[in-house]
Amino acid sequence: MELIYIIIGWVFVNNYVLSQFLGLCPFIGVSKKTPAAVSMGLAVTFVLTMDSFVTFPIYVYFIQPGPQNLFYSLTSSFGFGGAAEFIKTYGLSEVLTTGSFILVIAALVQLVEMVIRKTSKPLYDSLGIYLALITTNCIVLAVPLNNLKQIKPGGDWVGKSFPEGLMWATISGLVAGLGFTLVMLLMSGVRERLAITKLPKPFQGIPIVFISAALMGLAFFGFTGIITGLKANLG
Amino acid sequence: MEAVRQFRKTIFKENALFVLVLGLCASLATTTSVKNGFFMALATLCVIVSANTIVSLIRRRIPNGVRIPCFIIVIASFVMIVDMLMNAFAPPAVVAALGIFIPLIVVNCVPLARAEAYAAKQNVINSVGDGMGIGVGYMLALVLISAIREFLGNGSFWEIPITAAIGPGDKALIKTPSAMVIGPGAFITLGCLFAFFKWRRERKTHARAVLLTETAVPWEIGPEKKREAAPDGA
Repeated sequence: MELIYIIIGWVFVNNYVLSQFLGLCPFIGVSKKTPAAVSMGLAVTFVLTMDSFVTFPIYVYFIQPGPQNLFYSLTSSFGFGGAAEFIKTYGLSEVLTTGSFILVIAALVQLVEMVIRKTSKPLYDSLGIYLALITTNCIVLAVPLNNLKQIKPGGDWVGKSFPEGLMWATISGLVAGLGFTLVMLLMSGVRERLAITKLPKPFQGIPIVFISAALMGLAFFGFTGIITGLKANLG
Repeated sequence: MEAVRQFRKTIFKENALFVLVLGLCASLATTTSVKNGFFMALATLCVIVSANTIVSLIRRRIPNGVRIPCFIIVIASFVMIVDMLMNAFAPPAVVAALGIFIPLIVVNCVPLARAEAYAAKQNVINSVGDGMGIGVGYMLALVLISAIREFLGNGSFWEIPITAAIGPGDKALIKTPSAMVIGPGAFITLGCLFAFFKWRRERKTHARAVLLTETAVPWEIGPEKKREAAPDGA
């Protein structure tokens, strides 16, 4: 049941592209042709799933304050009582979160790029510079940062202990990626039709994509009530 | 004087948002009110200027193969500093509204693009000029978008009510569509602004083309320009 709420919530209601404005660069840049758009969506989905799987333990075991922090057990076993107490109360500085996450993400994107270059040269060419730019795609950093809100003191996901929490973090990354892929697919369909339509000259290219995205966003707003409705009817 | 020229060029002619099409996410998500848009652009400006300075200082020491990760680390450290400064000094309501988008300046393409395209090849003073120009241009763009959205959606500017003065409360003469403040309004505003700037650019180049051909008054152009325009004049 919870899984259905998460899927509907993140794919339709709080869609990362249309209602939170994240990942717009590939949404505008790679949505001209359907195959490239879908493979971009799938590449982002893979990176998102992997990075929410990896960043969750990094945050819990290295940055978050509390006894589960690895630096706590390290310092206390070597007899630095003061340092151990400090880690237990404050953890490592929270400002390191962004920096450590972006490094992990950059490494992951490099991995995906190498795999795609080895396995499919045409796909690699059609994705172009946007493949390397997944690193600077807001969505890949936003999902782990959003996940942090769900992590409670002691490294628990809301109401779940650690291993299950890791699973839910991974699922949230996967679902965010699926929402992104869906919107990329829809948008590329719209743009393939737009390419053969006569438009006023100033609106050709990027402007009309924004207008179409606005209309699509309005349609997606229709899903807003769906979660409360589901909860009322299914319990 | 290259720095001043670069500063002036990057504000309008190479505007980060409307011409280079960078930093889209933040320009849509944080422009719900002029205040939010302004502080977001201010944070971005600080990051761009300081990252440009450092990248330009260390540009000869960075090996070419790992330059992008190096730039990202420089940018990320400045974003962390700006994040802490915003938490300390910016109005709490603005910090709450911007939320996740301050750390997301790291992945907002503008600083990385400037580091790669300009600061990695130029000296410090030029890079600072470039950063200031790009930052100010981005700020103007964000304030423009957020002014339109806030006026149409809330009827106010910098949280000062304007339309409410005409007819206050429920009896307001002008009913503002709240859709302008939420998602779709952002896309529509930005789409129309992009179309407007494109139209202006095209009209300008068209006017110049007309001026160079025979149809313009010939005695104001002079013979050598006419000869230049002759091959592609037709």
